[in-house]
Amino acid sequence: MLLIPCPYCGERPELEFVYGGQAHVARPPPDAEVSLQDWADYLYRRDNTRGVHAERWRHTHGCGRFFNALRDTTTDHFVATYKIGAQPPAGLIARRAGR
Amino acid sequence: MQPFSALSLLKAGLSGQRGWTPQWRRAEPKAAYDAIIVGGGGHGLGTAYYLAKEHQLTNIAVLEKGWIGGGNTGRNTTIIRSNYLFGESAALYDHAVKLWETLSQVLNYNVMFSQRGVLMLAHNVHDAQVAKRHVHANRANGVDNEWLTPQQAQAFCPLLNIGDIRYPVLGAALQRRGGTARHDAVAWGYARAADALGVDIIENCEVTGIRRYGSGAVQSVETTRGLIRAPKIGVAAAGHTSVIMKMAGVGLPLESYPLQALVSEPIKRIFPCVVMSNTIHAYISQSDKGELVIGAGTDAYTSYTQRGALHISGHALEAVCELFPMFRRLRMLRNWGGIVDVTPDRSPIIAKTPVPGLYVNCGWGTGGFKATPGSAHVFAWTIAHDEPHPINAPFTLERFRDGNLIDEAAAAAVAH
Repeated sequence: MLLIPCPYCGERPELEFVYGGQAHVARPPPDAEVSLQDWADYLYRRDNTRGVHAERWRHTHGCGRFFNALRDTTTDHFVATYKIGAQPPAGLIARRAGR
Repeated sequence: MQPFSALSLLKAGLSGQRGWTPQWRRAEPKAAYDAIIVGGGGHGLGTAYYLAKEHQLTNIAVLEKGWIGGGNTGRNTTIIRSNYLFGESAALYDHAVKLWETLSQVLNYNVMFSQRGVLMLAHNVHDAQVAKRHVHANRANGVDNEWLTPQQAQAFCPLLNIGDIRYPVLGAALQRRGGTARHDAVAWGYARAADALGVDIIENCEVTGIRRYGSGAVQSVETTRGLIRAPKIGVAAAGHTSVIMKMAGVGLPLESYPLQALVSEPIKRIFPCVVMSNTIHAYISQSDKGELVIGAGTDAYTSYTQRGALHISGHALEAVCELFPMFRRLRMLRNWGGIVDVTPDRSPIIAKTPVPGLYVNCGWGTGGFKATPGSAHVFAWTIAHDEPHPINAPFTLERFRDGNLIDEAAAAAVAH
C-alpha cells in the first residue's frame, strides 16, 4: 500500500484516496465542430505513460479535495503534487508523451 | 527438432535424460526479415508459428526484451473459457478453445490443457440473472454453458461452502469445456514449433524505436541489438503496448494496471475444477504441482511495477477463505503482478493501425491467456493478408471512434 502525500493533509494511506485518471485531459468544446476522432481521443485515448505521469487524485476519506500528482509509474514514487487547475511543475516530466 | 513421443521419453529415461538438445536455436538478429513480431509471449510466439505454418512466411523474427514467456504468459492464472456475452467475443474466445483442444498434438508439446470445467458463482439475484443471461447467450452462440443449483454446484466442487457465508451461493454457471493449461508450456511449445519452421526467436532484444518511410509505412525497428528492417511489424507487447506504439506515433485507448496472482504451498490433489466469483472476487484452481493458483484484482491506478498492492491480494484471500474455509491455514508461497493493458470496453484490439505495415494485438486486459491460440491465429492472418480475419474484424482500433464498442466491461464474467 502506498503512502500518498495529500498537499492539504500530508502523507496518508492509499486506501483514503480515489484515483482520478490522467490529468489535463481537456474536453473539446461542446459544439457540432468536434470531430469523431477528437471526441474518441477525449473519451478513450490515454498516454499510459511509462515514467512520470500527471494524474488526478481525490483524498475522498480525508479532506475530500482533488489534487494533481506526478507519479513515476515504473516505481510508484510520487515526484510532486500540485493544485487542480495548475500546470505541472516544470522540468519534472521527463517523458511526457505528445498528445 | 527432436519429436516427443512415448518412445523418445522412455529411451531418454533409460539413458539418464542425456542427449536432449535445446528446444529452439539461440538466433542472432539478421539485418532484415519479411515480418517482425514484437513480444515473445504466447500471443507473439503463436503469431509467428501460424505465420510460418499457415501463411508460409518463414523469414520472420520474434523480438523479446527479456526471456520468452517471462511477461504475462508466465504471470497469469492459466484459466481458459469462452463464455463471453456478445457474439463477437464468443466467436473469438471459442475459436481459441477449439484450438486449445488439439494444441498439444499440433505442437507435439504437452501444454497440459485440462478441460476440468469453470464454475462461476452467483451470490445475489443480480448475479443469477446475469449468469443465466450468459448461459442463454452462450448457447445461442454455440458455446456450452449451463446453470447449476447451489447443490449441483457443490456436487461439482465438493469443497465449496454454499450456505455458511456472508453472500450464500445462489447458483452457478458451468462451462465444462473450460479449464486450465500449463502457461510456460504454451510459450515453449509455440517457440519450439516456430523455430522448427525457421522463425528466429531473439531474446534479450528490446525494441527502442520504430522507423518509418516518408510515406508513413514502417521501415525498421531500432533494438538494443541493432537496427532490423521489415515491411511488416506486429506488436503483441501486452502491458507495454502503449510504449511501443508511441514509437510509431500511434496513440491507443489503453491503460496499464498491475494484476496480481498468488500460489499456495503445494497440497494433495483436492480441487477438481476452476471456481470464479465475480461478486466477492476471487478465482482459484489447483495446478498439477498441487499449488492453489489464486487470482486477485487490479490496482486502482495505472502502473508498470509488476507488484500490486497488498490489500488487493488480501481481499482475494478473504474471499477464498469464505468460499473454502478449509484453506484458511494454507500459506501462500509467492505472489506477483503482471501488467495488463485494459481497453475501455474490456475487449481486445487485433487490427491494422493507421501506420501501413504496423499491426497491433493488445487490450487483452485481465484475460488474455485463455485466448492465446485464437488470438495468435487471427493476428497471423491479419498480418499475412493485410486485412482482418472475419473473427477479429470487429476488434478494430476504429470502433472507439465509430461507437462500435464490444462492451464486455459489465458482461465479462470477472470483475474489472
